Amino acid sequence: MADLSAAGSRRPTAAGGLLGPYRALVSSRLRSQLAYRRSFALDVLGSFGVGLIEFAEVYVIFSSISVLGGLDFAGLALLFGLASLSFSLADLLVGHIDRIPTYLRTGTLDAFLLRPLPVLAQLVTSDIQLRRLGRSALALGVLVVALVVNPIDFTPAVITLLLITPIAGTAIFCGLFVVAAGIQFWLIEGSEMANAFTYGSNYAATFPTSIFSLPMRVLFTFVVPAAFTAYLPTLLILGLPGPAWTPAWWGWLTPLAALAVWGVALLAWRAGLRHYTGAGS
Amino acid sequence: MSVAALAVLTQTGWKRWSAYRSAALAGAVTNTVFGLIKAAITMGAVGAAGGTLAGYGAIEGATYAWLAQALIAPVNVFWSNDLVDRIRSGDIAVDLSRPVDPQLAYLCADLGRAAFSLVPRGAPPLLVGALVTGLALPGQLLPYVLGMVSVVLAVVVSFACRWLVSLAAFWLIEMRGAATLYLMTSNILCGLVVPVHWFPGWMAAVAAATPFPSMLQAPIDVIMGRVTGVDALGVVGVQIAWAAGVLLAGRLVWTLGTRKLVVQGG
Amino acid sequence: MTTTPTAGEQIVHARGLTRDFVVRSGGWRRTKRVVRAVVDLDLDIVAGEAVGYIGANGAGKSTTIKMLTGILSPSQGTVRTCGYDPRRSRRALAREIGVVFGQRSQLWWDLPLRESYRVLAAIHRLGPGHRERLDELIEALDLEAFLDTPVRQLSLGQRIRGEIAAALLHSPRLLVLDEPTIGLDVLSKERLRAFLVAERAAHGTTLLLTTHDMDDVQRLTDRIVVVDRGSVAYAGDLPGLVRRVGADRVIVLDLEEPTPPLADLPGTRLLATEHDGLRQRLALLPGSTAAAVLAEVAGRAPLRDLTIEEPDVEDVVRRLYATQRAGG
Repeated sequence: MADLSAAGSRRPTAAGGLLGPYRALVSSRLRSQLAYRRSFALDVLGSFGVGLIEFAEVYVIFSSISVLGGLDFAGLALLFGLASLSFSLADLLVGHIDRIPTYLRTGTLDAFLLRPLPVLAQLVTSDIQLRRLGRSALALGVLVVALVVNPIDFTPAVITLLLITPIAGTAIFCGLFVVAAGIQFWLIEGSEMANAFTYGSNYAATFPTSIFSLPMRVLFTFVVPAAFTAYLPTLLILGLPGPAWTPAWWGWLTPLAALAVWGVALLAWRAGLRHYTGAGS
Repeated sequence: MSVAALAVLTQTGWKRWSAYRSAALAGAVTNTVFGLIKAAITMGAVGAAGGTLAGYGAIEGATYAWLAQALIAPVNVFWSNDLVDRIRSGDIAVDLSRPVDPQLAYLCADLGRAAFSLVPRGAPPLLVGALVTGLALPGQLLPYVLGMVSVVLAVVVSFACRWLVSLAAFWLIEMRGAATLYLMTSNILCGLVVPVHWFPGWMAAVAAATPFPSMLQAPIDVIMGRVTGVDALGVVGVQIAWAAGVLLAGRLVWTLGTRKLVVQGG
Repeated sequence: MTTTPTAGEQIVHARGLTRDFVVRSGGWRRTKRVVRAVVDLDLDIVAGEAVGYIGANGAGKSTTIKMLTGILSPSQGTVRTCGYDPRRSRRALAREIGVVFGQRSQLWWDLPLRESYRVLAAIHRLGPGHRERLDELIEALDLEAFLDTPVRQLSLGQRIRGEIAAALLHSPRLLVLDEPTIGLDVLSKERLRAFLVAERAAHGTTLLLTTHDMDDVQRLTDRIVVVDRGSVAYAGDLPGLVRRVGADRVIVLDLEEPTPPLADLPGTRLLATEHDGLRQRLALLPGSTAAAVLAEVAGRAPLRDLTIEEPDVEDVVRRLYATQRAGG
């Protein structure tokens, strides 16, 4: 955040400080997306609809049962809101990087390699998808309603947790997207597999981790830490005990999980890019 | 139009799709991973309902999830913009000039695609399902025979619906809205997300008034033996009715669309 | 170890450059095959030079360029571009070079050209001084008329001019152009060449150019390097190459009446006669001029029309490949 003052100025910044180049990249993207208002509005609506389908699943399931994995409908709405908010924000920020095969085919990645900026930073800032705010809006709506209808004691700890969780959760999903992008350098034709990883962990995150069998619980806690994005913090917020293997106080560890994911993500990305430029193996 | 021409078209659809082997493998992995999560959710829901939910026990619930994952690719539950792109680019004129009926030709290509994807995209989720949760499948032959008929009809219904919606491109400049709307409605109402039998009353009524349950819920019901005998024939009959109805509607709209194309020159 | 480059220094210095690719083919059972795209290639370019890098499709031109610019790592050998190791110092090198791939775009297709330059200036962290440079390029490449048009709506010629301005905005020391004139009409090609000549005269920019166009080579380069199957097949100037492969200019004479073969015209070698000698094709030997030949012909037969065919790059390269392969 070298010179935030320049962000507000009308004239384009020249040297622009440390973040100048990225500011220019992002603002040019956003302007181009907002150029066609009607089309943009429809896209936001479509994104909202995707979130709606997801929530419909929860709604239908709870039309015949009252408790799933230790959470009632209100509790599950809180879980869903947290997970979906984090995922949709991550999808907005970095979701486009699952298009690595397209970037390779069109030579966009080569153009990135010819510019004096880190490739991953260029990739992230090259196509931020504002339309995915539709899904975030739905998630935020569900989250706010859930916070009202659940019996929550808003202690400073709970409020802190409510602030930390979406940020760290977004970071976790962003990291998972980057891991998937790194892997895609090897799976050019099989890029759909990356979806299993990213969208799959989102799907798992919107349900209580306790309903899964032990191996899957271990997977979604320690390998792909989806449980940290919403389930564990939800237990803490609602004052519920965690199941065996995952005590509720782990809900505080979401930032640590985000750090771990990003460590792996940067390694995977580096390895993937080295594979592409032929520097590896 | 000769049978030979249709056979060639079906074969071409097969070849085109078999070219994407890696993509098929990746798709199978994706379907399987989602199957694992979905089966856990359905089993959890059945468990929470006290052991059975709308006639599904835990294993039946999981089987439903695995079969749905196996049928995603063959039935083509998700949107594909093939025809929209052709209408948009004007390539559709080429289809008009061919001596085969366009709707029938596209249907044959889609059946070829479905036939190819049935085993590579369908078998992995079912195999993993059998290993992880077990599958509740009938011991007789008849449900499978009728099930195959039902799957073919599901492919036809799915094709007919997508064909019909794609034709909106003759009139709409921007198709993304219509496509998203279609995808949302069909994905919920076909039973992809949760079995239609679990829907609350009002949603079940809405679903019953659409062709969507014929795309997924119907073939799964037949294969699992949830409906047998005359009931099963009834389900297949409903599928036939929807297939015929939506195909016919597609022909009418196609005629209107191409007339507009001819009159206004696209 | 990277050192700061100084003027007059070597801009490109490659030794034993080699690049292998693993090609996978087949269906479920994949087979691997190693293809050598570039083999033991040496290349030197001094600051201020203009070098034509020539070869058939698949000879290894693009692979070499990717290794020089840091997109691809060599399998073996060393390369320094502008004094940097392109792999280790990719970002530092990016400030020193400008690259245009004729077939691909580095501009933002949905942004107006002007906007693309604004973003590029930010990416390269150019100070306010870049506006002067941009104005210079806009003027010289005649971009003013379509500066506010989204890139996707530009014609090919307009886009290539836009791409070249983008590559030159940060005043690189080395400009790499990969097939810049491909697909352009004659007028656009000529304007582009005139610009590049003027640009080099004004700024002394080093130029590395791949092309299939003989006029590009003649107008823009001091020296050429021909690459065949990943190795240097010829390095020197163009006349030298033409002499070596015997690719002479050809005079095609259309005569008023059937004429016996003009086999003994000084400075020429008869290649063919058609239609009882109504059309005769003569190779112009090095040292002789078309004017001298014409004067000679005029004394022997009435001339109706004549054309001069320049040897094209593909032809020269093909001949060179043929002589090399024949010689082992």
